[in-house]
Amino acid sequence: MISFKMPEKIEQSVVIMETIAENMMRPVSRYFDEHEHEIPWDYIEFMHTSQKAMGGGGVLTDSEKKKKKEGPSISFQRLAFTSEILSWGDVGMWLCTPGGGLGGAAVNATGTPEQKERFLSHYRGEKPVFDAMALTEPHAGSAMPAEVRMTAVRDGEEWILNGEKIFVTAGNKALVDSDGFVVMWATIDPEAGRAGVRPFVVEAGTPGCTVTKMEHKLGIRSSDTVSIVLQDCRIPFDNILGSPEVVKKKKTKKGFKGAMATFDATRPLVAASALGIARATIELLKDMLLEQGVEIRYGLPRSTMTNIEREIVDMETLLRSTWLLTVKAMWLADERKSNTIEASMCKVKAGDVVVKVTQRAVELMGPLGYSREYLLEKWFRDAKINDLYEGTGQINRLIVARRILEYSRHELS
Amino acid sequence: MYSFEPTEEQRMLIDAVERYAVNDLREAARDAEESGEIPRALIEKGWEMGVLQASVPEQYGGFGEHSAVTGVLAAEAMACGDLAIALAVMAPSTYVMPILYGGTEAQKEALIPPVIEAEWKPYVAALTESRFDFYLGEMSTIAKKTKSGYSLTGEKAYVPFADQAESFLVFAALDGKTQAFIVPPDAEGLTVGERDKLLGIHALPTFPLTLEDVKVPTNARLGGDDGFDPASVIASAQFTIAAMAIGLSKAALDYALPYAKEREVWGKPIAQRQSIAFMLAEMAIEVESNRLLAWEAAWMLDEEQDASKAAYLALTGASDTAMSVTDRAVQVLGGHGYIREHPVELWMRNGRGISTFAGMAMV
Repeated sequence: MISFKMPEKIEQSVVIMETIAENMMRPVSRYFDEHEHEIPWDYIEFMHTSQKAMGGGGVLTDSEKKKKKEGPSISFQRLAFTSEILSWGDVGMWLCTPGGGLGGAAVNATGTPEQKERFLSHYRGEKPVFDAMALTEPHAGSAMPAEVRMTAVRDGEEWILNGEKIFVTAGNKALVDSDGFVVMWATIDPEAGRAGVRPFVVEAGTPGCTVTKMEHKLGIRSSDTVSIVLQDCRIPFDNILGSPEVVKKKKTKKGFKGAMATFDATRPLVAASALGIARATIELLKDMLLEQGVEIRYGLPRSTMTNIEREIVDMETLLRSTWLLTVKAMWLADERKSNTIEASMCKVKAGDVVVKVTQRAVELMGPLGYSREYLLEKWFRDAKINDLYEGTGQINRLIVARRILEYSRHELS
Repeated sequence: MYSFEPTEEQRMLIDAVERYAVNDLREAARDAEESGEIPRALIEKGWEMGVLQASVPEQYGGFGEHSAVTGVLAAEAMACGDLAIALAVMAPSTYVMPILYGGTEAQKEALIPPVIEAEWKPYVAALTESRFDFYLGEMSTIAKKTKSGYSLTGEKAYVPFADQAESFLVFAALDGKTQAFIVPPDAEGLTVGERDKLLGIHALPTFPLTLEDVKVPTNARLGGDDGFDPASVIASAQFTIAAMAIGLSKAALDYALPYAKEREVWGKPIAQRQSIAFMLAEMAIEVESNRLLAWEAAWMLDEEQDASKAAYLALTGASDTAMSVTDRAVQVLGGHGYIREHPVELWMRNGRGISTFAGMAMV
């Protein structure tokens, strides 16, 4: 039965998230934008404490598994709301949420129950910990994971990892600022292409694992983006995510599929985050206009609207349609149904929408939009990352196109 | 709980309507478009699918329960076949639904069964007006209170089957508020003009209607003395045509996809080139995302929430979708898309009319 009724449990967390976004994020949003690489510890400590109090450990692994009998799962849907609302607060800080990174998502999507318990229990400790996922390398981004060069060689009960990863979101927080972990995608068989690629967990403090560079970025400045070099980095044998067969059968595509399964969850998450920025922008735009006595009239034909009304109605239409598709992608994930196409679809459109909305907002507000007195120019800068990470808009268009055309990557690339 | 899954019953209805749309409407569409005529048997077959009848409660002659969500699902499926014929089949809905939404109990009991219990007959609404700034919330046709009822004066346009209508539901402004009145076709002062010649939907016969001091009794006013709140009717008009726009867009996408896989350039299908593949991907994304706007607006109405803004956004999104997707379908076919042997040029013409067609079907 088609329904757009927000589940009660999500309604409750929405209220809490909105309070956090408004009171803990917005007031310091500008400060952390202007002090790149300073860490918003107040927010982090608060999130860590409250997640522990709620019985969960980390945003991605809520307490739901303990109460399985209470009807269908809504954890992915709830996550979409969390991502949207906290990104409405401040997207850079949202990326600093402990236990909410892509490393956890990869462990969730590809790990065995034992591994999930072992790695995700980090979140339940005294201090907040962070996790990250490392896929991109200096020579290739969107072509990943097919062109992974980082190697993993087995040596008895250990793996030896060598290579360099770049653009790792929250990598410094995971490895330097906390006892966290990074999921590294490395190949066990460089000849095998993407079939040789596997996810490995490298924990903070592992010798041979070094953060070598922190990037200075256009936006999301409170979130660190780093390069990581692994030099003869030894990790336990069972830090390879997934069942042992992924090691034995060299030709299996399970490793690659694991990366893709991770994206099925993380792409809608990025879409939701993008839409949080878009909503923040539209709301501020309307508030600023209202202060000038400009109120948006809904229901009129385009021929009688003012230009500003038309811009805003179009923005709201784009925002709503993309948000509903994002919720659908997460609903499918909760229903344990395939959502690859919806995940890429909402990611494509959300990337486009947030970029368009924020760029238009700066233009529409003129000198006010361009001024650092308001957050519009910051959101303009923050927005663009959403069309880049977790697969650029173009890569995700390819994925959608292959699916609807029933083409393999050989037929369409 | 969120859910994007139609019920089993809805699924069966969608499947049946889709079969009719693809097997019957798609086949007949070109001839109907060129000749300007729809075989009556085809309309009757669509009518017998019972989309409207199933959304009318038993006490008014129907056999179901009103669900706008079911309605938009069926509307999308039918419009996927051919918009003009789908609008013809659904024309009586523009008469029945406003009565169901806003009529008095006596009006519902008296006016709905003759439409619902019979074969398809042209009971239609006269709603649109021929002005660039027309919209449903503001009518130029004026209703004035008289001693014994109301007097209607104004010009209506795009009234389907006006030349053979059984009865009209005429929308007019009473003290600046949109209201509706039952007007018999033989009313004095009512004139049906020459059949409209439009950019698209040629199969559907539509006409201008002139009302000069047309007098109707008090009980002809929808909702009786207090009238009715047009919000639900306007919302339904918007999300119904939005859903039909999605059906139309889906048809265009589904036509362009296999064409792009077959058509080769420099030794490989054009679909294997990103310039085409990306267009197709974007078309699919627009269809999938904008469909949900129509669903949500319909669901809100079913839940008795204010659906006005949601329906308006749904129409805005669907109108843009219909134009861009049908335009791109023509583009994918290249020069062939411009030839009337293919349906995409027809869909592109129909796509441009979506915002104008709001009110030509309701669920």
